[in-house]
Amino acid sequence: MLQTIRERDDLKGLLLVGPIAFWLGLFLLVPLALMVVVSFADRGTYGDVVYRFSLDNYRALAAPEYARILGRSVEVAFWTTAMCMAAGYPLAYFIALSPPRRRWLLLFLVLVPFWTNFLIRIYAWMIILRSKGVLAAFLGAVGLLPGPAEAWFARIQLYTPGAVLVGMVYEFLPFMVLPLYASLEKLDLSLLDAAADLGARPWRAFARVTLPLSLPGIVAGSVLVFVPAMGMFVVPDLMGGAQTVLIGNLVNNQFLKARDWPLGAAASMVMLVLTLGVTLLYTRVFGSGEELVA
Amino acid sequence: MTDARHAPGRGLRLYALLAYAYLYGPIAILVVYSFNQSKFGVAWTGFTLEWYAALWDDRFVREAARNTLIVAAASTALSTVIGTAAAVGLQRYRFPARRLTEASLYVPVVIPEVVMGIAMLAFFAQAFAWLNDALGFGWRLGLATITIAHVAFSVPFVTLTVRARLAGFDRRLEEAAMDLGADEWRTFTRVTLPLILPGVVAGALLAFTLSLDDYIITLFTAGPGSTTLPLRVYAMLRQAVTPKVNALSTLWVAVVFAALLLAQWVGRPPRAVAA
Amino acid sequence: MPSPFIVRGLTALALAWAASGCQASPTAVESPAAAPDTTAAPSDATAAAPRLTSTELNLYAWSEYIPQDLLDAFAAEHGIRVNYDAFSSNEELLAKMQAGAAGYDVILPSDYMVTVMAKQGMLEPLDTSLLANFGNLDPQFVDRPYDPGNAYSVPYQWGTVGIAVDTAAVSTPVTAWADLWDPAFAQGLVMVDDEREVIGLTLMTLGHDRNSTDPAELEAAKARLAALKPNIRLFDSDSPKTALLAGEVKAGVVWNGEAALAHRENPAIAYVLPAEGCGIWFDNLAMPKDPPHKDAALAFIDFVLRPDMSMLITRDFPYSNPNAAGLAALAEAEPELYAAYMAYPATNPPAADLAKCQAIVDIGDALPLWDKLWTDVKSGE
Repeated sequence: MLQTIRERDDLKGLLLVGPIAFWLGLFLLVPLALMVVVSFADRGTYGDVVYRFSLDNYRALAAPEYARILGRSVEVAFWTTAMCMAAGYPLAYFIALSPPRRRWLLLFLVLVPFWTNFLIRIYAWMIILRSKGVLAAFLGAVGLLPGPAEAWFARIQLYTPGAVLVGMVYEFLPFMVLPLYASLEKLDLSLLDAAADLGARPWRAFARVTLPLSLPGIVAGSVLVFVPAMGMFVVPDLMGGAQTVLIGNLVNNQFLKARDWPLGAAASMVMLVLTLGVTLLYTRVFGSGEELVA
Repeated sequence: MTDARHAPGRGLRLYALLAYAYLYGPIAILVVYSFNQSKFGVAWTGFTLEWYAALWDDRFVREAARNTLIVAAASTALSTVIGTAAAVGLQRYRFPARRLTEASLYVPVVIPEVVMGIAMLAFFAQAFAWLNDALGFGWRLGLATITIAHVAFSVPFVTLTVRARLAGFDRRLEEAAMDLGADEWRTFTRVTLPLILPGVVAGALLAFTLSLDDYIITLFTAGPGSTTLPLRVYAMLRQAVTPKVNALSTLWVAVVFAALLLAQWVGRPPRAVAA
Repeated sequence: MPSPFIVRGLTALALAWAASGCQASPTAVESPAAAPDTTAAPSDATAAAPRLTSTELNLYAWSEYIPQDLLDAFAAEHGIRVNYDAFSSNEELLAKMQAGAAGYDVILPSDYMVTVMAKQGMLEPLDTSLLANFGNLDPQFVDRPYDPGNAYSVPYQWGTVGIAVDTAAVSTPVTAWADLWDPAFAQGLVMVDDEREVIGLTLMTLGHDRNSTDPAELEAAKARLAALKPNIRLFDSDSPKTALLAGEVKAGVVWNGEAALAHRENPAIAYVLPAEGCGIWFDNLAMPKDPPHKDAALAFIDFVLRPDMSMLITRDFPYSNPNAAGLAALAEAEPELYAAYMAYPATNPPAADLAKCQAIVDIGDALPLWDKLWTDVKSGE
């Protein structure tokens, strides 16, 4: 139906991709190569880097505690992504269905809250979710607390895993909504009409037409949420009371507390390889969507 | 997509309302607390404009706001251009090292910020020391290095978003334009770009948002006199002066809303191009 | 399709706002300083105010930590533009310096960080004989073990680490670190998210040195700390007072400044210096190696030590002042403030408690051991 076969054109391809390759190569990969070297080095007494090479740092990371930390980080990132998807898809769909001149306003409105300061937004959530906070006061005023909302509130009040999820979903929602919108907006509604004309129920039309067409957006959105969520630790620290250690804490602590750069570099390389592997596998399996469309 | 038959249904509209309420709930709290007398944002103790006055007097915050906007504007522009070009290249053409480029695109998203920040600082410090020695430059860390770093971490967001848009793009439209005699550049600006624009703008908005709020990487790539708002604000919060930061966020949201309203009122909507 | 007009409107407004900030800034520097209303005699240094060749000073310090009036006065007196960049932890400062950041003239590291940075050759030696106002400092706060002979730094402010207690919520008296293990505090404590403080106080309850590097002692501390975990509702280094003020917890391990601020908001919050010995910290003015404006840096450090300037620090910030002449100036200029400062244990701890306090000392190679312990306790079930 749609023609997206890649043509071989070395010159055009390299010209278009040249700038990004230069930028990421020089300013990112070269500095990271330095970090790879550091990951094999040794920590000096005062936290300096001693260039005495070994595999000790990687060996230290084989300890079972670190596997547990990794598992917990994956869990948090997975639920964040799943909930962002559940909450973001209908929102992106709503924006894409709105009249064109209103779409941009609606899209902007999704972003504007995130042009305030990150910490201040989290502090606002803390005010809302405190045990005697804004939400509790509201639920009390409408007679749900104490009452039927008690169990529900206990699960999302401040310093619980539920509160962490509320904050994480909030912070990452735009990174799901925008790619979804970008792919949903091109949806050709005549296809839906055709499906309807052929007698498909709306849900069926959605599952057979809309969903596959928005797959590239789903893939992009989940990568842009899942991957940064893996490294996020500020929200769990502030809204969860810093009661646990995630992989983001682990890496950050090596650089900013234990002053053990080599171990921190090693931990981030392990994380890099694992996450990159999973991400590439994921995008390979789902492609960028075109295989399913063509 | 302008067919009235496909306007969002009531259920969807209600959902959207709730979603926006979720997005703006904390913002409302933030605004209310910018007028709170209490310094610590725990209880409401009375109305005041004191924090706005304090903000007005703070030259460091004004300088930080200016730095932040310069960096955000420059890095967004750069990463949008570079990122969009890369998306088109990766989606359309096969060429050497394509897979490698694609993989390296995910690196800035995957790598912990603190590692990226320290690695970049070490790189810049080394490179500058060397260049300044060898060629007599006086380069140092500042807004330029922050901008370079911001482009590096935000460009994948542009590329991935634009690619999501490009996937399934109907090349026959371009072929038709070419058949009608348009050259390649004209075809790109008149046909391709308008069609992928929603993806480009969405990517640019994400890049802008990321740049505006980055802390760790900025911390390491900033030099004397180039402190941005997040750096200033984080340090302020450690010393418990929250309402001033709330006031700042409130003003900023108000400015953005004013601009949006102005745009809705003044501007005639441009011709809609059905995608 | 996108409306460029939205973008244009937004950009125009944003730039207009930023530009107004941009224009306003130079005037802020040149405007005459809000003259500190002190009657303290001007020191010799003021009279001599040497001409400086530098026109700029790059200051890298905690934010909201140096009074604006002080900065303005310095700018006015020496015709120097002060760039005040902020960091939020000692470790950020160190990591930045370690990775090679240059260009700063005056930095503000804490005690143990002075040791670490000096050992790594990151600090410029400081000749205190060039500081006319060095003698203003209280003798008990100079020549401390973290920087013998003040070879690299001079103290700026100091303070303690103790227990803040919400006396309205706690009926039993709290006098020692060991009291935190009381089951009555179940889910009722806030702790600074700092391994050196928390593991340190645990070691003290076991009768060990708070800077211990003995693996057996640390193993014992690990078990003891794990037993404290059910009492801990949250860790928070940024603003532990918030959880106290919001009534989420009954007590907490906090820095004295946090307790003083909380006490101002809620008088029921008391500050206890534990029997085993409280923690003590110093923040210090120092110069990184090869500062680009060394003359301005020295002039600034000396300027801060002036009594009329030093009293501004205590007027604006709730920590303790190591400058005896500065406190004397405060007593004269603002007797009420001075009386409150002297009466409150968070700002002026009794000499007996001060004698027992123990400072954090850099533990070198043992730090990763501590960090592993901390990670294990925190991530354990």
